[in-house]
Amino acid sequence: MASIDIENVSKIYPGSTARSVADIALNIKDGEFIVLVGPSGCGKSTLLRMVAGLEDISEGEIRIGTRRVNEVEPAHRDIAMVFQNYALYPHMSVRDNMAYGLKNRAVPRPEIEARVAEAARMLELGPYLDRKPRALSGGQRQRVAMGRAIVRQPAAFLFDEPLSNLDAKLRVSMRTEIRRLQKRLGTTSIYVTHDQLEAMTLADRLVVLNAGRIEQIGTPLEIYHRPASTFVASFIGAPAMNLLDAEIAGNRLRIGDEVLDTPVSGAAGKVTLGIRAEDLMPADRGLSFTPDDIEDLGAQRLVHGFVAGQPLTLVISPATRVEDCRRLAPKPGALHVFDTLSGARLDLHTEHDSRPVLPVGQGL
Amino acid sequence: MTDLSLSPKTPARPSALAALKARLAAPPAAPKRVQFDRPLMPWLLLAPQLAIVAVFFYWPSAQAITSSFYLEDPFGLGSSFVGMANYTDALSSAEYRKIAAFTVFFAAVVAALSLAIGMVLAVKADKVIRGRSAYRTALIAVYAIAPPVAGLIGMMLFDQHIGPLVRFAALFGWDMKVGLDYWDTAIAMIVVAVWLHIPYNFIFILSGLQAIPAAVREAAVIDCASPLRRFLTVVLPLLTPTVFFLTIINLTYALFDTFALIDVMVKDKPANNPMTLVYKVYLDGFRGNDFGGSSAQSVILMVVVLVLTLFQFRYIERRVHYG
Repeated sequence: MASIDIENVSKIYPGSTARSVADIALNIKDGEFIVLVGPSGCGKSTLLRMVAGLEDISEGEIRIGTRRVNEVEPAHRDIAMVFQNYALYPHMSVRDNMAYGLKNRAVPRPEIEARVAEAARMLELGPYLDRKPRALSGGQRQRVAMGRAIVRQPAAFLFDEPLSNLDAKLRVSMRTEIRRLQKRLGTTSIYVTHDQLEAMTLADRLVVLNAGRIEQIGTPLEIYHRPASTFVASFIGAPAMNLLDAEIAGNRLRIGDEVLDTPVSGAAGKVTLGIRAEDLMPADRGLSFTPDDIEDLGAQRLVHGFVAGQPLTLVISPATRVEDCRRLAPKPGALHVFDTLSGARLDLHTEHDSRPVLPVGQGL
Repeated sequence: MTDLSLSPKTPARPSALAALKARLAAPPAAPKRVQFDRPLMPWLLLAPQLAIVAVFFYWPSAQAITSSFYLEDPFGLGSSFVGMANYTDALSSAEYRKIAAFTVFFAAVVAALSLAIGMVLAVKADKVIRGRSAYRTALIAVYAIAPPVAGLIGMMLFDQHIGPLVRFAALFGWDMKVGLDYWDTAIAMIVVAVWLHIPYNFIFILSGLQAIPAAVREAAVIDCASPLRRFLTVVLPLLTPTVFFLTIINLTYALFDTFALIDVMVKDKPANNPMTLVYKVYLDGFRGNDFGGSSAQSVILMVVVLVLTLFQFRYIERRVHYG
């Protein structure tokens, strides 16, 4: 158990001047579950691998607990890692896979056996202990990889997209399992994923990365309800937040020829307006909407269409008729305004998002 | 008659190699059945391969077995049936036994050393990031040298007057007499044979190392602090298919492919030189014109190779982890 402090860490690959990871500062509290999320190539895996010691730290400092680990060997950092493709030792049985790290640390044999048995019980791997990894299914292999991390009782778990190789159904159940285990063991965790749903459901705090930089840090709901930039807005939430070119003129937002009723403060000029698909309701007056395509998901319907020539997606209940959606009004306080050029959030909305932000981990 | 000396060579290589390559290349899978309309078609398709096997393996082998029971006139004028006499002569000869013992020693040392050195170089080259292709080319290049040329280079390195290795040995007070002293010649032979076969081992082990998933190695880096222990417990077990394959290839190489090398190194030297059984087959058959004795020796070699191959597949392969 330990905190992890990442102080102004950068990664510059040899032969390149660009920073793959640029000046990341992040303080992770003991027992916290941090999810690093971003598109491929955003540097999230590199950052995780720097914490693990699999990549050199070009600049800055990483501390696990109070100890600076920049120069410490991965095996001495007191971390355990779960890899995307499981990385089990193919020539060892499940039992030996889990025991390997402990044997190398000269843990007494009875202690190893006890820990392996406990992990096997926790992960329901008991019947498979003597099998080789190739005789296991994908889900079981991922459990073994988890078990290998758990028996070590490390200061921190590092997860590198551990669920991306599993099928959708298994991914959901493993996600719940990882969350449960982490809460139960209380081990500080860093989890890398490109799946925003995984990020939302697992994280105590989310770190959204883009092009090697932190776009936003916050609880999943903070980030969902107050995205700091158009990048975060479009990345977190499914379907993605609608982003429309708009203009502030005379305390009103104009989208093409459409004008929103909601008064806004702020300098006149071009802005990007963000509205979540579920924050738009059919109304008698409002934006005129041209439906184009419908996706029925059972519990809800996604209606894709256009407002003032710009694409827009709408979520409605299956009971609502598409014909009723000719005019749309945003829910109160559901407008996000961003700077068109920098993409940064502009807090100029008068009816600021007033919904309460739920405390951490509420959903579980 | 010319293929007499070659006959022990043919049974070892194609059979062992073909079987191995097939095993290494294809994961165990149900064979795919193809239906042919005419029963003759598959035989026609197989014919070229069968013809090659028959002409270059079965026919010379049959010839060797037949003539091993005859005492042949050196001028090819006639032959008389002598039963097992050629075999008993060979096996009871002290010289033959000495050469057999040396062959075993030579094969074991050459196989082990070229494998070990090839592995050390491959493991080191695998870690090199900057200029890796230059290192690899330099290490592989030796493989392009033909064995007789290597023998000549070896002779030069161990030359009595100008050989740098002889001078180097002299620094330690070791008066090397390659071509005169039995063990000095043996050492020179082993050095050249090993040197020539390191690249082969290097290539295979390097590709074997690269077939080990990076994540597995990284997991090991996190699980185990000692690089040597990591190598012994994770990397080496995963290399066993490659090592198994190379052990067989190395033994075959040391037993049969060193022929040209030995020929260059001992041909014009006084007697009492170390040589392998294959070289003796050639010496007795073509220098001594004792075709019957030479044939008997090559049949003995055939049996040895057969037993060796069976033994390796049956007992060593069980401990090998494939995938």
